[in-house]
Parts: sequence; C-alpha cells; structure tokens
Amino acid sequence: MKKEYYNPEDLKKFSSISEWNKELGDKFFDYYSSVFKEGHLTAREKSLIALAVSHVVHCPYCIDAYTKDGLERGIEKEKMMEAVHVGAAIKSGAVLVHGVQMMNRHDQLSM
Amino acid sequence: MATKSLKAQQSELSNTQRQLEILSNGIFKNGQLPTFKQKLKEHALPSIQPKKLSILQINIGYMCNQVCAHCHVDAGPDRKEMMSRTTMEECIAVMETNEIETIDLTGGAPEMHPEFRWFVEQIRERTSVNEIIVRSNLTIIMANKKYHDLPEFFAQHKVHIISSLPFYKRDKTDRQRGSGVFDQSIKALQKLNRVGYGKKGTQLQLDLVYNPSGAFLPGDQMALENDFKKALREDFGIEFNHLFTITNLPISRFLDYLIASENFEEYMHALVDAFNPAAAKNVMCTNTLSVSWEGYLFDCDFNQMLELKVASKHSHIRDFNAIELEQRKIQLSQHCYGCTAGAGSSCQGSIA
Repeated sequence: MKKEYYNPEDLKKFSSISEWNKELGDKFFDYYSSVFKEGHLTAREKSLIALAVSHVVHCPYCIDAYTKDGLERGIEKEKMMEAVHVGAAIKSGAVLVHGVQMMNRHDQLSM
Repeated sequence: MATKSLKAQQSELSNTQRQLEILSNGIFKNGQLPTFKQKLKEHALPSIQPKKLSILQINIGYMCNQVCAHCHVDAGPDRKEMMSRTTMEECIAVMETNEIETIDLTGGAPEMHPEFRWFVEQIRERTSVNEIIVRSNLTIIMANKKYHDLPEFFAQHKVHIISSLPFYKRDKTDRQRGSGVFDQSIKALQKLNRVGYGKKGTQLQLDLVYNPSGAFLPGDQMALENDFKKALREDFGIEFNHLFTITNLPISRFLDYLIASENFEEYMHALVDAFNPAAAKNVMCTNTLSVSWEGYLFDCDFNQMLELKVASKHSHIRDFNAIELEQRKIQLSQHCYGCTAGAGSSCQGSIA
C-alpha cells in the first residue's frame, strides 16, 4: 500500500468504483457524461466551470483532468487562470461574508 | 530550443531501432497496455489492409529552415538528404502510368530542394494528377528573397497549400516552432491571401494544420477551426479554408520530448484510452503511400522515419507495382495509436 493519500495513477482507475456497486457507479458515470455534453452552455464553458470548481473543492485529480481538457479544447491559459480566480473569489467571498455574522455577534455581545 | 537535429546531436533517439524498442518495451511488454495489434484484435478488427491507392506522399528531403520541437522527421538546416532528379523522374513515371489522384509533397521544407519548382512543373505538364499538395511551413516564404515569389508560383500551378500553424497566438507557436516563427507565418499567410489563397471563388486551397503544443491530444477539429478563423480574421485579416487537427505521434523529436518531460507513459495511456475503432478503419495508410528521398516506399511518412519499409518485395518507386502493393501487410507498431485516437488523425486531419 502506497503511503500517499493522492496518487495520479488512481485517476486512471476512477471507473473501477463501479466494481463494488455497479448500479450506482453506472448511474454516476451516465449522469457525469450527460452533464458535460453541449447544452445551453458549450462544452468549453463547462470545462472552465469544472476547472474552477476543481480548485474550490481542492481535487488534484480534477485539476489535472480539466487542465488537460482545456489544453485539448484550445482554451487559452489566461482564460483558465481567470476561471480559477472566479472560484477563488467565491471561496474567499464565502469566508468573508461570514464576517457579517462575526460583526453581528460582536455587536450583540458588546455594550 | 534546440537548433540541431537529433541526428546532428548524435542523440540515441536518432536511431530508429532504439525508438522502436522504446515503443515495444516497458508498458507494452509488461502488459500494462495492449500493443496496437492486440488492440485491433480486442475490437475484432482485422489487421489494417490497403485499399486503392489515391495519394502518393513524396518526401523530397529532410532539410528545413526550422527545427521544431515536435518534428517527426527530425528535420533542420543540418539535414542534407535530398531526392535526386533521377528519383523524381521515377516518381513521375509512376504518375504517368497509374491513376494517382493526389501528389503530396513534403519534407523538411520541400521548397528548399533546388529541383522543387522543376518537379512541380513536370508533374503538372506530364501527368494527369488532379491535385498537388505542398506542405509548406510558411516561414520559408519569408526566409530569403528567392522564396518571396512562392505564392505566385503556387497559384500558377494550382498547388493546394497545407501549412502548420500550431496556434493562433504567438507564445504557443514560437515555443513549438522557434522564436519569431509566428510573426513570419502571419506575414506568409497574408502574402498567400493576396494572391487569392483561402479566398472564396479562387479555388486556391489554403488549409492549416493544428497539432497540440505539448503532451495532450487535439480537441474537436470543427471547434478549433472556428477559433482559428475568428482569431486570424479579427487580429490579422487572414482567411483560410480548413483547419486539420493532427495528433503528435510518439516518434523522433516528439518522443524525445515525451521522455525528457516524463510524459511518455501518460501520453501512451491517453492514446490507447482514446482508441477509436471507426478511425482504425480509415487510417491514411489505407489509401496513401510514402516515398522517401531515396525512392523507397513506406506505408506512411511516420513509418518512413522509423525506417519500416513496405512489406513487399518491390519496395522502391522504380519497381512500383500497384496490384502487388495493394496486397501488402501494413507495418504496425505502437506509434499507430496516434492515428486512431479520438476522431483519428491523418495528414488531412480527423478521419472519424
């Protein structure tokens, strides 16, 4: 057993999760591939959203996968970085908006 | 960026046997990945068989004014291999006596061959070949005064131009093909446009080739074509007909890059995972033959660079025998995965 929690080789084995529960695994992969098809959003827009979310959820597998996906789709690196900043802005905004709770609580407890 | 070919550097990878060993050992020997032949069997596909020959791709020499990082030919200014006029005459004799629809001239930079213009003129004058393709790297048109009138020469002989342009932005193009290549390519495209290439109603065909600038596969050809057309029109006023996406095959300099950047195994996994049986039925070696500067015949330009001659007792252009060649077995190795990945890849772009 390897000592790391994350091993890049494991990404190739993603589909093996179906081996222990085929029904749910198949449903997940079916859903996943449907989500990324061209729809009201283009496949490229979805790829950039996925890249931003990958950073927000700190998924190294997803970051590898959607950086490569972006390169294959010809998405420029400047666009990829802007997408990451969108994710970072929402994440930091989500932290900071709690500052209002802190302020409310502070004022509530203070004379 | 290297300025010498692997051959001039005496690199281990300039040895084709070494390349074939790398492509057959490791992950393919230990069973981690199936060999190309095993993959065909998995999909119940017969070995790849030639159909009627329609394209003769002639590599007239390996000399080039560029030293591109991905080049499967290992071309460059230090490569001196050039087709003799005798071999060119032998090629013309085959065109005169066989129904060959398309002649596809490649290199190196084919325009650097001193007999290049003579060869094009002779093909037009003496044969009924329908289409002459020249694979131009674009920068050659700007490289020296003696090449500045190439666009007019191409137009006069109704040559179909297919040119590499890795991306519509400077940085990616220059990283793959050398500093300054993007700007020179843009100037050359504008010159080609001025004589009518890529313009509606002129019948002067100008196609571009996109190949990924790194260890990843090309995306959707149509989507990339739309991007290229929009960007080149808006930024530089350039028009062209089609964009062909071509997968980098893991041989020669691209193999060297894959190994040096520790991307070889991941790239081979990506190629094998993307194997498309539909593409395997339409690979270019089924209707194309490649001729080397020495006149030897190969199933494709990649096999030429791996020195895998056609499996036929008549393997030279002077002994050309169409019927016998149609019966040959195509020489396969793991680099063939490059032509069957995703939407497939050929010198004319996607195939599936």
